[in-house]
Amino acid sequence: MQLDQLYQEIILDHYKRPQGRGLRDAADPADRVGEAHHVNPTCGDELTVRVATDGEVLHDVSYDGMGCSISQASASVLHELLRGRAVDEAFGVHGAFVELLSGRGQVTPDEDVLGDGVAFAGVARYPARVKCALLSWMAFKDAAARAGVGVSPEVKA
Amino acid sequence: MTTITIPEGMPQYGDVPRLDVARVRADFPILDREVNGHRLVYLDSANTSHKPRQVLDALTEHYARHNANVSRSVHTLGTEATEAYEGARAKIAAFVNAPSVDEVVFTKNSTEAINIVAYAFSNASLRPDADPRFRLGPGDEIVISEMEHHSNIVPWQLLCERTGATLRWFPVTDNGRLDESGLDDLVTERTKIVSLVHMSNILGTVNATSRITARVREVGALLLLDCSQSVPHLPIDVVDLDADFIVFTGHKMCGPTGIGVLWGRGELLAAMPPVLGGGSMIETVGMTGSTFAAPPARFEAGTPPIAEAVALGAAVDYLTGLDMRAVQWHEKELTAYALDALAAVPGLRIFGPTVPVGRGGTISFALGDVHPHDVGQVLDSLGVQVRVGHHCAKPVCTRFGVPAMTRASFYLYTTTEEIDALVGGLEQVRKVFD
Repeated sequence: MQLDQLYQEIILDHYKRPQGRGLRDAADPADRVGEAHHVNPTCGDELTVRVATDGEVLHDVSYDGMGCSISQASASVLHELLRGRAVDEAFGVHGAFVELLSGRGQVTPDEDVLGDGVAFAGVARYPARVKCALLSWMAFKDAAARAGVGVSPEVKA
Repeated sequence: MTTITIPEGMPQYGDVPRLDVARVRADFPILDREVNGHRLVYLDSANTSHKPRQVLDALTEHYARHNANVSRSVHTLGTEATEAYEGARAKIAAFVNAPSVDEVVFTKNSTEAINIVAYAFSNASLRPDADPRFRLGPGDEIVISEMEHHSNIVPWQLLCERTGATLRWFPVTDNGRLDESGLDDLVTERTKIVSLVHMSNILGTVNATSRITARVREVGALLLLDCSQSVPHLPIDVVDLDADFIVFTGHKMCGPTGIGVLWGRGELLAAMPPVLGGGSMIETVGMTGSTFAAPPARFEAGTPPIAEAVALGAAVDYLTGLDMRAVQWHEKELTAYALDALAAVPGLRIFGPTVPVGRGGTISFALGDVHPHDVGQVLDSLGVQVRVGHHCAKPVCTRFGVPAMTRASFYLYTTTEEIDALVGGLEQVRKVFD
C-alpha cells in the first residue's frame, strides 16, 4: 500500500491546521440552527456539527470533536466547502463527497465540485477508514435537517 | 549487572521449560505471508490468535472423515463425531484441571458464557423455588470492575435492569492495577456475584484474586473470572484459582472461532435453570411442559459447534505439548523486552503496569497526540498489525482520559525482532505526523 495515497499532504495540512474549528452561535439571530452529534462506535471518535441557515444559504457550518487525522481533516474540508454556499449547491457537494467515499476508489473526483475534498479519493480504497472520512458529513446532514434544510432519515420532524 | 544466585534446592531459572520459537512459527502457515510488501508482523493476538496446522488439520479431518451430528445417532459416523466432541470436552477439562468433565459447558465464546450465567440469575429470579444463590432483586448487588471488557459489563447492566439489583465496581489505579482498597465496602452481604477479569485485555494487568476470593467466600457470594486473556497465556488451574465460574474463548488460544467455554462448579451448574431452550438440553418434553438434562447438556441447546470443539481440543493438545509454563515464560521475556523498548520511544505513554510483573504480553500505549487510527494505519503499511480503538473496554479509556489506545499483544509465536519492527514503525509514525 502507498501510505501517501491515504495521507495526502492536503489531508495532513487540514489535520494540523483545521479550518473553522469550534462550535459557533449564529451571527444572525433570525437564522435557524441545527446540531448533530455523531459517534464512530468502532473507534470512539466523536464529532458535533452545527449548521446556521436562513433556509437559502448555509451561513455557517461549525464543528468540534476528536478523532483521527482523516475524520478531523474531513470536518475541516466540510467547513471550507459548505460554509456560505446555497443549500442546493451544498447538497450537491455533499452528494459528490459521499459518492467519492463510497466508490471503493473507482470514482474520479471533480476538483471543481470537491476542492480539497479530492484528496480523500485515496481514503475510499481503505474500507476501514471510509467511516472516519464520512463522520462529519453524516453529522452535517442530520444537523442541516434539524435546521430545516435537506432530508435525513435519521431525523424525525 | 549483578547476578543473584538462587540457593540450591530452590527452583532455578533453568528449570523453566523454554519454547523453540522458530519451531513454533513453522507450525503457523499464516506467518509466512506478506502484508503490503513487508513480512507479516502480527501483534494482535489478544484480539484473535493464529492457528497452527495441527488445528487446521483437525478441522478438515473432522469434516472429511467424521462429519455427523452428535449425541443422537446410533450410526458409526455419529458415534465417531460424539466421541470426538466429548473427547474435546475431556481435554479442555484436563487443561484447566476441572474436577469433572461435566463442568465444561461449550458455548459460542466468552460473551455467551457470561450471558449464560447472567440469564441463569435472571431466570432464577422469576422462580420462587429457584436456588436462592441465583435469585436477585432490589437491594442485591453485583460487583465488577472498571477494567472489564464490555462483555463483562453489559450482561450485568442488563441483568440489573431486569431484576432491580445494583451494579458496583472496583476502580482502577493510575498504574492500571485493580484498586482493592475498598474491598470490604464493595463486596458485602448484599453481593450475589463478583465478576472480574483475570487478565485485562487492554492494560495487560493480571489480577491477583486471592484477597477477593477470600472476601467473596466470607460474604457468601459467587465469583466468576473472565479468563479470556489468561487461559491462552498462563497455566490455569480452576481448583487453585478457587473461582465458581471461569469463561474463556477458543479463538484466542490457537483454536477456531465460534467455540468458547463456561466452566462452573458442578453443584452450581446443577442449581442453575436453563437459558436457551431447544433440542439436546431436555430430559423429556410434553405439550404441557418439559424437564431438563443435567449440565453440561442443559446449557448446550441445539446442534453445537462440533468441528470447532474438536479443533479446540486439538489446540489444547498443541498448547499442552509446548507446556503452558514455557508459553508463560516466553511471553514474560517478550513483555520485559517490549516494555524496555517502548519506554525508549520519545513521547510514548504506556497505559497499565510498566513492569513485567503481574501483567501479560498485552501493552496499550499512546504516541504523543497522534490518533491510534493513524498509528495503526502507518504501522499496517509496514506490515505491523496492531489493534487500535477502545478495545471493547471504553471505561478504561475514559479512566485514562483518552478516546482510544494503540495495543500490541504477543503470543507464543511472537519474536523480539517483531517488537523491534513495532518500535521502528513508531518512528515512521512520528515522521508522518510531526
